[in-house]
Amino acid sequence: MMSEKDGPAQRPGGRARRRPGRGRRTWIGLAVAALASSGLAACGTASAGTGPVTLSFYLYPDNSGATQSAIKNCDAQSHGKYTISYQELPNASDGQRQQLVRRLAARDSSIDIMGLDVTWEAEFAQAGWIQQWTGANKAAAENGTLQPALQTAIWQGKLYAVPDNSNTQLLWYDSSLVPNPPTTWAQMIADAEQLAKAGKPHYIEIQGAQYEGATVWFNTMVASAGGTILNPDATKVTLGAPAVKALSIMKQLASSSAADPSLDVQMENQNRLAMEAGTAAFQLNYPFVYPAMKLDNPALFKHFKWALYPEVIPGQPAKVTIGGVDLAVSAYSQHKALAFQAALCLRDRQNQIIGANVGGVPPTITSLYNDPVLFKNYPFHADILQALEHASVRPKSPVYQVVSIDISHLIAPPQGISPAATEKSMISQLNSALQSKGLVP
Amino acid sequence: MSLSAQVAAGSEATQEASGKRKAPLSEGARAERRLGWMLCAPAVIVMIAVTAYPVGYAIYLSLQRDNLELPNAVKFIGLSNYAAVLSSPFWWQALKVTVIITVFSVAITLVLGMLLAMLMHRTLFGRNTVRTAALIPYGIVTVAAAYGWQYAWTPNEGYLSAAFGNSAPLTSEVPAIAVIILAEIWKTTPFMALLLLAGLSLVPEDLQKAAKVDGATAWQRFTRITLPLMKPAILVALLFRTLDSFRIFDNIYILTAGANGTGSVSVLGYDNLFNALNLGIGSTISILIFICVAIIAFAFIKGFGTAAPGTDIGKR
Repeated sequence: MMSEKDGPAQRPGGRARRRPGRGRRTWIGLAVAALASSGLAACGTASAGTGPVTLSFYLYPDNSGATQSAIKNCDAQSHGKYTISYQELPNASDGQRQQLVRRLAARDSSIDIMGLDVTWEAEFAQAGWIQQWTGANKAAAENGTLQPALQTAIWQGKLYAVPDNSNTQLLWYDSSLVPNPPTTWAQMIADAEQLAKAGKPHYIEIQGAQYEGATVWFNTMVASAGGTILNPDATKVTLGAPAVKALSIMKQLASSSAADPSLDVQMENQNRLAMEAGTAAFQLNYPFVYPAMKLDNPALFKHFKWALYPEVIPGQPAKVTIGGVDLAVSAYSQHKALAFQAALCLRDRQNQIIGANVGGVPPTITSLYNDPVLFKNYPFHADILQALEHASVRPKSPVYQVVSIDISHLIAPPQGISPAATEKSMISQLNSALQSKGLVP
Repeated sequence: MSLSAQVAAGSEATQEASGKRKAPLSEGARAERRLGWMLCAPAVIVMIAVTAYPVGYAIYLSLQRDNLELPNAVKFIGLSNYAAVLSSPFWWQALKVTVIITVFSVAITLVLGMLLAMLMHRTLFGRNTVRTAALIPYGIVTVAAAYGWQYAWTPNEGYLSAAFGNSAPLTSEVPAIAVIILAEIWKTTPFMALLLLAGLSLVPEDLQKAAKVDGATAWQRFTRITLPLMKPAILVALLFRTLDSFRIFDNIYILTAGANGTGSVSVLGYDNLFNALNLGIGSTISILIFICVAIIAFAFIKGFGTAAPGTDIGKR
């Protein structure tokens, strides 16, 4: 979701001095032989059926080590039936999707399990790239799983994945500036404007850059205003009055003194840094900001508090967009039965606890939120659960990517919004997108 | 470069002359022609496989509704994709950006390249060192260089951003396009200079000296002698650079990824093919780029008239 800028370090071409011709050839020969034999060995175990089957698991790079521990647990629990091999996808979410799509479009049988962003399921299912969940596997996937998370894995009434982890946003605020957190958008903007008049830090940090984060913001606002972007079948654009309402609040924020001057380029990480630097009073962001604040600014951390996302309609809880990752089994996998088993294991109770504690990702098994042991570093778990239970799902459509790009280009930069006109152009652009006629900018 | 053009022109002239007479071919000549075809055949087959087939397939795809994620919705829709692209503001925005980048980068590169070429031509000592040094930017991988520019212009990180009051030019349209043009110029001026240097070395020194004796000023000698004689070299350099610039992708991909209205037509095509997975629209954009490139090439050849490579000089 965040665009990763840290490319590989460039190293000037300082190569070791080469061996004379003949020696080198021998080495190459040996290397080729070694590679060939290891390749053959790998093929042998996979097809012979004697040793454990190797299941390839394609997932975003998890630097926390939580995924690696889960894999180790599952390998042990499989009693020699399978070993999971972790294939890291690129850092950026677009890059992950592109790599999976290219392989699946070419019917690559080397993928068994993959971690899908919660917005890809409709696309992958419609294309026939992922296997439907049925029978006992389906029952196990649904049992005790958080409803909105499960919704992300369903396309046209059928289950196509199992929710692994989840995520959603809370309102984070500086309690030394704002003793009582606002409960509505109107209140929050008014509070910020008042702080601005008093010459205190007052910015509201939110994702205003032209990317998926802006679509998430818009989806939250539309859902909280009681509307939707598309109908459930993704055949019609709905929008309407709730969308106009959402757009006018976004515009109001952008043109008030509450807006950060760099709103137009801000993503989650810039929001976090602005709050840590002490220029902001509010931040709408994911829970990763909490441990980061503890580490980066212990002084501010003392009055760094959280509350539920502000409401659009007073009295009606906000419906914050749900994020996270679902696990799906490839339609081209040669070990589907084992892959379903492994996917269920990777997201079982034990491994979700590791995911939450080590990886910092909120679980998708509802009962885990009542486990006090689990949440010693996660004091906001009750609010996260409440937010997740009311969460909204982004429009489910096979052409979601186009829908999202169209939306983010219409609403970012947010100063450019003119509510009624923007809603109208959004209807026409999304309609063309649904008919494959739309271009993405 | 222009020497080969003359040779090519010469051989065309002979062919034309022999064609007019239409003498019956002798047995040996026919065998030779057959052998010629057979020797060409492998290359022709490879060219068809790697060029004609993909181009033909792209044309076929551009006439279909074909989304990779909607395999059941594939159908022939005639020219609808072309209507969709040509009526989309995104296409025209991308085309505008591409034309602006092409015009500015090629024009500035031409002037700078000419200055650099003259400098290299007149350098008396360390000539090879100067030439090698000037070529360094062209030798650096574009993506690596683009990352360099990106970091240089990132606030709180880069020295260029710091030099301009911690500004972030890559975040809004006009400054971002200016940075892209700057990166293009920095990168391709050496290439332009090298091509022009080749043309410059064809201008006879005697002619310059004679003009000098006749009292021509340095500017007159440049515009009346150097430029006309260099015309074929300039044409080749301009044509190469214009076509390259028009297809710009890597610099933009790294610097802005096409955000805030800075995408070129190639970036638009990439996004529609690889991100939206819309094979129909994406192929349509590719074909339109192909047509634009063909128009540019045609315009250059026509515009430069007899100086164009491959033109029969004898017919002047």
